[in-house]
Amino acid sequence: MANLKYRVLLIVGLLAASAWTLFPRTVIERVKRDGVFVYDTVKRVPLKRGLDLQGGMHLTLEVDESKQAVADKSEALDRALKVVRQRIDEFGVAEPVVQKVGDERLIVELPGIDDAARAQDVVQKSAFLEFQITDKTQALEKSVARFDEIARAAGITTGDKLGGDTIRKTGVTSLLTQKTDSTATDSAKAAGATGTDTTTKAPAQTGGLFASNVQPGQLPGMYIIPETAYSAFERAFALQAIQDAMPPGKVVRWGVDSLVNGTQRFRAFYMLDSRPIITGEVLTDARPSTDPVEGNVVQFTLNNEGARRFKVETGKHVRDNMAIVLDQRVVTAPVLNSAIGRNGQITLGGGSLQAAQDLALVLRAGALPVPLKVAEVRSIGASLGQDSINKGAVALVISLLLIVTIMIGYYRFAGMLAVGGLALFLIYTLAMLAGFQAVLTLPGLAGFVLSIGIAVDANVLIFERIREELDHGKSVRLSIDEGFKHAMSAIVDTSATTILSGMVLYQYGTGPVRGFAVTLIAGLVASLFTAIFVSKTFFLLWMNRSRGAQTLSI
Amino acid sequence: MIRIFHNSKYEFVRHWRLAAGLTAAFIAAGLVTFAITGSVNYSIEFTGGTLMQVEFKQAPDVGVIRSTLDKAGITGAEIQQFGTPTEYTIRARDEKQVEAQAAGAEGISKQIETALNSQFGAGAMRVVRTEAVGPKVGAELRQGAFLAMIITSILTMIYLGIRFDWRFGLAAVLSTAHDILVTFAFIKMMNLEVSLTVVAAILTLLGYSANDTIIIFDRVREDLRKRTKGESMAAVLDRAINETLPRSVMTHATTLAATLALLFFAGEVIRPFAWVMAFGVFVATFSSIYVAGPLLLYIESKFPRAASEAAGRAMRDPGTPPATAPTKPRANERAGAR
Repeated sequence: MANLKYRVLLIVGLLAASAWTLFPRTVIERVKRDGVFVYDTVKRVPLKRGLDLQGGMHLTLEVDESKQAVADKSEALDRALKVVRQRIDEFGVAEPVVQKVGDERLIVELPGIDDAARAQDVVQKSAFLEFQITDKTQALEKSVARFDEIARAAGITTGDKLGGDTIRKTGVTSLLTQKTDSTATDSAKAAGATGTDTTTKAPAQTGGLFASNVQPGQLPGMYIIPETAYSAFERAFALQAIQDAMPPGKVVRWGVDSLVNGTQRFRAFYMLDSRPIITGEVLTDARPSTDPVEGNVVQFTLNNEGARRFKVETGKHVRDNMAIVLDQRVVTAPVLNSAIGRNGQITLGGGSLQAAQDLALVLRAGALPVPLKVAEVRSIGASLGQDSINKGAVALVISLLLIVTIMIGYYRFAGMLAVGGLALFLIYTLAMLAGFQAVLTLPGLAGFVLSIGIAVDANVLIFERIREELDHGKSVRLSIDEGFKHAMSAIVDTSATTILSGMVLYQYGTGPVRGFAVTLIAGLVASLFTAIFVSKTFFLLWMNRSRGAQTLSI
Repeated sequence: MIRIFHNSKYEFVRHWRLAAGLTAAFIAAGLVTFAITGSVNYSIEFTGGTLMQVEFKQAPDVGVIRSTLDKAGITGAEIQQFGTPTEYTIRARDEKQVEAQAAGAEGISKQIETALNSQFGAGAMRVVRTEAVGPKVGAELRQGAFLAMIITSILTMIYLGIRFDWRFGLAAVLSTAHDILVTFAFIKMMNLEVSLTVVAAILTLLGYSANDTIIIFDRVREDLRKRTKGESMAAVLDRAINETLPRSVMTHATTLAATLALLFFAGEVIRPFAWVMAFGVFVATFSSIYVAGPLLLYIESKFPRAASEAAGRAMRDPGTPPATAPTKPRANERAGAR
């Protein structure tokens, strides 16, 4: 009898512990209120929902080595992780996960994100800021012939394919003869000079890539090409020979966006001093702001060292244009009217306030030590997640109803005991999930529903065995004892094999599938306990009450 | 008391030829579909590429979606209605597109979204789910899934080898392998999409199918102990199967109830999983009777037990019961013999 008391005590104790684990509690959480993130206490059941159930975004990032090999990827990723984490913290996400997986990847999970593209941008932007003076020595014009020669040797000639004549005409004529635009005058002269200076005059005039497409932009060192020639130029600039032929101390950088003039689209590129005046490393702060004239801007503050250097350098270049280069793209290239000290600003042109906010954010958090590329994205809308939860819940309730009907309909009284056990099984399983801080995913819900079916199997095995023993004419008490004993080995073996599969799934699965494995394992452990221990206790309790019962409703 | 298949005396094992013919035909049908349609319908996770689930305000014209994507340079995308008439999935996984994602997996999804937005107007549609997987990650996942299946099989085999006589273990593993094959054939014929979740279902089936076989073999092991002189192995098998038949049917019914609820109510995303589970549960029951049994018979006939072995290894007690079990062991061994 003492034995029975302890049994009941254990079951009730576990039930109490489970109830405590599952009881809605107040947790401090970062939540969104009217678009602003605040820390707040919320009351909720401590069951974590996976991204597929609450909506959100999962990113797998890798080091991008397409431009430059990285020697120590693992170390670079460690540094990148810090930067990414800081950016996300400032971006404001309820419970972000930033994790290094192996030596090659970062995993970023952003629950509840509604603007996936923007979030991804914030995570991925290198945010390497440089200030470089634009070229005013007509370095490009002097190199046009040489560049064309190299491009032709490499087989890059767009002009000819796309009706070379018209393009050549507009390109060359504008470069050589267009004099109406005041800023173009210098370059036009320079281009003329190129023609006479170089010995390779002929190829330039038959329409090389550069000669036929490049037009000077509205400021020194800025050039414009038609959008159609963009990819050809990209390839040309990537050529080692062109890199080698670059005027000493100069680099070419593309502008951020394409320009539209009427129906035609253009791209801008800039010839810049390769040595930056300063880089983003000396930045101490960056804030978005709105300027009545300039529109949305980012104002930045430099540290002492940076401010000193910036002042000296900008002082030397008054009346020159300074390009602000972010991730090797020129954002703007304003004229320096005077020396700039500690504070400066970046004009975004037509950029939105949000763009200014995001830029300020990534500048504050610092540049990524290595460029990252996305290896995998999954993003799920919050509404879809809620939909999945609702449907999963419906499936759960229906399967429970079916199983309860089958069990009670077939096994009568014993079936009711089994259903009681099933109720405990549900609570124990959920508590285990909450206790281990497992994440509930959609496949996890399926695993849960499935484990209910399997949990019932254990009861079926036992009940069928008890029936057989009764058939053999044994007493009720003996039959129950024997039934449990004989069903035991089968129950243990079956659970063990399924748990084995579950563990392998956990090892090799990712995200949602792991959730499935965890719920399946938790379910099986709980079902082992409820079928073997709880059901037996119920039977013992019943036998205790109705001593000497001659029949058992099973 | 309602009883099904009570004291049944079906001669299951005798019909093994018919059963073997049936499954062989099924697997062959699967192979034929495979030969005709070519590859397996892998999900984005495995192939690499981009999947977008888009919800439109009004049911759109599929042709318009297609031409919009074609214009945007996303050729050969698979466009399918998903659940309701306003929801569509778009899968872009041309070799070219997958390759383009090596540089960054998100590019294609951005292109698709921009193209659809400019065609249908902002607000007329929204993207509810995006999955973009680079080719490298896809290949790794494929490998991982394959490895998981192999490892699970091996672990199950080792476990069964330890818990049972090796003959039982081998028969159980072969029958489980059969289940997996048949399930593959089913997946192929239904043209279900093989995703990570479906692999999870297959792995669960591996466990479940071993379950069913174990339960029958457990009984065979027990019945072998009380085998009367002259009773054939086939007769013992038939008896064990008949004795466990009510349990097989009941368990099948409850598990099927759970999986059918998933199939009909849990939504589109989980449906392939539910199909595989529902079919697998059925096959597991079938194979534990018609495949595992005859296989065991065959193995027993090829490698008959020595008399001493029959008294020893095959009749080895299933081992120590778990800690939670009531402990009054061993005495029942005689009592069980009755």
